[in-house]
Amino acid sequence: MTGASETATLQQVPAVSSQQSKARSPLGDATRSIAGNPVALAGLVVVLIWLLLALLAPVLPIEDPEIVLLERKLQPPSLAHPFGTDDVGRDLVSRVIWAARVSVPVGIAVVAATLLIGSIAGAVAGYFGGPIDSVIMRACDAVLSFPSIILAMAIAAARGGPGLENAMIAVILVLWPEYARLMRSLVLTIKHNDFVVAAESVGASRKRILFRHIFPSTDAPIVVKATLDVGYAIVLTAGLSFLGMGAVPPTAEWGAMVSQGSRTGLQYWWYSTFPGLAIMSVVMALSFLGDGLRDALDPRRRA
Amino acid sequence: MGLWAFIARRIAVSFVVLLVVSICTFFLMHASPGDPINAIIGERQADRPEIRENLERRYGLDKPLPVQYVYYLKNLVRGDLGESITTRNPVADELRNYVPATIELALAAMLFALGIGIPLGIIAAVCQNRWPDTLARFIALLGTSVPVFWFGLLMAYVFSYRLQWLPRSGQLDVGMKAPPKVTGLISVDAIIAGDWTALESLLRHIILPAIVLGAFSMGIIARMLRSSLLAALGDDYVRTARAKGVAERNVVIGHAMRNAMIPTVTVIGLTFASLLAGAVLTETIFSWPGLGQFAVRMALKLDYPGLLGVTLVVAIAYIAVNLLVDIVYGVLDPRIRIG
Repeated sequence: MTGASETATLQQVPAVSSQQSKARSPLGDATRSIAGNPVALAGLVVVLIWLLLALLAPVLPIEDPEIVLLERKLQPPSLAHPFGTDDVGRDLVSRVIWAARVSVPVGIAVVAATLLIGSIAGAVAGYFGGPIDSVIMRACDAVLSFPSIILAMAIAAARGGPGLENAMIAVILVLWPEYARLMRSLVLTIKHNDFVVAAESVGASRKRILFRHIFPSTDAPIVVKATLDVGYAIVLTAGLSFLGMGAVPPTAEWGAMVSQGSRTGLQYWWYSTFPGLAIMSVVMALSFLGDGLRDALDPRRRA
Repeated sequence: MGLWAFIARRIAVSFVVLLVVSICTFFLMHASPGDPINAIIGERQADRPEIRENLERRYGLDKPLPVQYVYYLKNLVRGDLGESITTRNPVADELRNYVPATIELALAAMLFALGIGIPLGIIAAVCQNRWPDTLARFIALLGTSVPVFWFGLLMAYVFSYRLQWLPRSGQLDVGMKAPPKVTGLISVDAIIAGDWTALESLLRHIILPAIVLGAFSMGIIARMLRSSLLAALGDDYVRTARAKGVAERNVVIGHAMRNAMIPTVTVIGLTFASLLAGAVLTETIFSWPGLGQFAVRMALKLDYPGLLGVTLVVAIAYIAVNLLVDIVYGVLDPRIRIG
């Protein structure tokens, strides 16, 4: 899904980028650059594998993640159960894969919402300036002065305790200011470009200029940041679940599984290990992909 | 802008942010659907209206919100953070009990982050694109992408459950008496009291959580130092130094490092926030009696005064560190003072 949405965003970019008038499409550049970058490519492949696993979980030849068989509880990894079984005998391979259906879309949805809120707030602040700018930026400062997880805990608590939805809202509220800041600085640099001045001179409305002319030119840094942040959002949400403020059992979610595993006992190492490895593989893959995209989309970095 | 005007302006801005922070948390928590009175009454199995009214009056929950906030702010200035609903102790006292443990852990974690991160960054930059660079970058990447809570469990499993080299939880061995409280930092107190067994016990307990907590900062510091050192090594003054025959070692340490450290110092200041955030998870895993553990307990109990106190203290610490970093930066680089 990340792959698809990135593609979509990139395709919408009109060829009005001021610095670049040659007929090279950013999408073509990005594809070529990623294809020639083995690390980024590996990241992309891992992300795609997880997306496929999440998508296909119901039809994959794996057990039902909810089948409880107490007589085979807490079995170490074996051929039949490569990741072992949990405290009520559920197959952990199946649960880790099914949990991807929760954790991965959660990460993507959180970043999508964050992106929307943050970039609109930042663009408005940067383009209009004045008191609106000050109010939005002070709000950002306030949010950014909290360590993310503590603020997320406070928000989750304020929303009435545990629940994946509350955890997601908390993470969105914690992350949006970073996009607002990034977007504001991008808008500030773009708004004096010739194409904006030209649009103003032919009488385009401020709203139209902001959304049709300025927004599309900010895609590259925002896409890179969003890619990196999907991983961060997954970790943060999983962290909240680990603390008991996110997904509630019996939902298979990676953070909650690590937490249940740790409470069951360290001797059952496989219970926590595999969900944790799943989180790490996604986060690392996204970070490889994000760095690759940065190289691909930033003209200054292009060799 | 002169230096003093710059500092005064930064301090003023910090206060404004602080005020916005307190308003945010206050209204956020009071607008919540969770009911702290229910939490108490539920525990005591006595849901009678008079009890409820009494409790509401006692905690000021019957007044309008803006009034409650003004009360809160007045008390705040006097250092009174209210009373925890679950423990019934003044929040300020609770925090005083928990802050030193977190400071001690954060310092140890920072020590680890610097001790590993700086050499890694230097090695990576000096051996650019060769295998030590790849290895160093990989370690840095592991540090930044491993989920803290999972890494903590892994370390606990390997080093305390399997190898039994290090203790699993707490600050001191079970039954050991803490040295008399002077600073609240057990390591410092133990040295003051000359209690070497307590010191040794504390050091053994702090190693695992410090590594787990410091891993993220370690990765960030290594990465930042690598890139800024690479930039510095390409500068003219480095070429001049090499040309006049300065030993490579001195070129790196004496010349390039000096400039490369400026952005790195900023990053060190900023990772402080991630340390406090990571402390929540690390302290939970290693039963470290600090702010993070307290925050989790308060959050799970919907204990607003307690949680509000923690968030506020942490935000103040973070704003203060940022202020300090900005001022240091403004002193080092006059261009920053504009704007």
